[in-house]
Amino acid sequence: MIPGSWYLALSAVLFTIGVVGVVIRRNPLVIFMSIELALNAANLALVAFGQRNGNPDGQALVFFVMAVAAAEVAVGLAIIVAIFRVRQRLSIDDLSAMRW
Amino acid sequence: MGTVAFVLIAGVAVGSALGLVIKRNPIHGALFLVVNLGTVAVLYLTLGAQFLAVAQVAVYAGAIMVLFLFAIFVLIPGKEETGPDPRRQWRLLAAPLGGALLLELIMLVVGRAAAPVPTAATAPGSVAAIGRLLFTDYLLPFELTSVLLLAAMVGVMLLARSRA
Repeated sequence: MIPGSWYLALSAVLFTIGVVGVVIRRNPLVIFMSIELALNAANLALVAFGQRNGNPDGQALVFFVMAVAAAEVAVGLAIIVAIFRVRQRLSIDDLSAMRW
Repeated sequence: MGTVAFVLIAGVAVGSALGLVIKRNPIHGALFLVVNLGTVAVLYLTLGAQFLAVAQVAVYAGAIMVLFLFAIFVLIPGKEETGPDPRRQWRLLAAPLGGALLLELIMLVVGRAAAPVPTAATAPGSVAAIGRLLFTDYLLPFELTSVLLLAAMVGVMLLARSRA
């Protein structure tokens, strides 16, 4: 049996890689994929914690996170495509259109 | 045996995550992310969450990544990160900040690991157990999910509509 803290450590590593990806990349699509990576790391931590406490509620929560992630990806990609249509460029440094 | 398998899967997961962040071509990045999502599905299986493992493959590796690949095909990849980076010195800050975040998270995990673990019966992860949970305790959020997905669908159509 693998100790639950190993899963949590792996989740921490994956989350950090996702956050670093968001910071260092310039392509909004890759940034978005890095966000998905971090989201998955959090999901893994949720399942590991739920397993540790013998509680299936964590798994139900992960199910809802997946549904919300699906909606988020659809809307986010539509926004990126819409911005690309107007700008004809795809670099995060040019994108200040949604800044207040 | 189980430990070897875990280390192997964890290595593939970390390697594919690094591939996503390092590779310049977004298509390669997307394929690396598919591998990563698959390894997370395997980890769910080792945790006894069978339903989530299947949902992970179907929803993430299936639906979401196909959407990503379509978006990459539409948006002509690889043209935006070829030139020199005008904000290189700022992006180099990511290394110490990422290191600090990792250190913090690992310290948190190790601190928790030292705490006494409640003697846990393993949580059921079968389709029957999760289904029962979703349709009793979480019935309202479950139904609200359908409204959320409908709203997202309508919103995407609105955004994607060409303004002639």
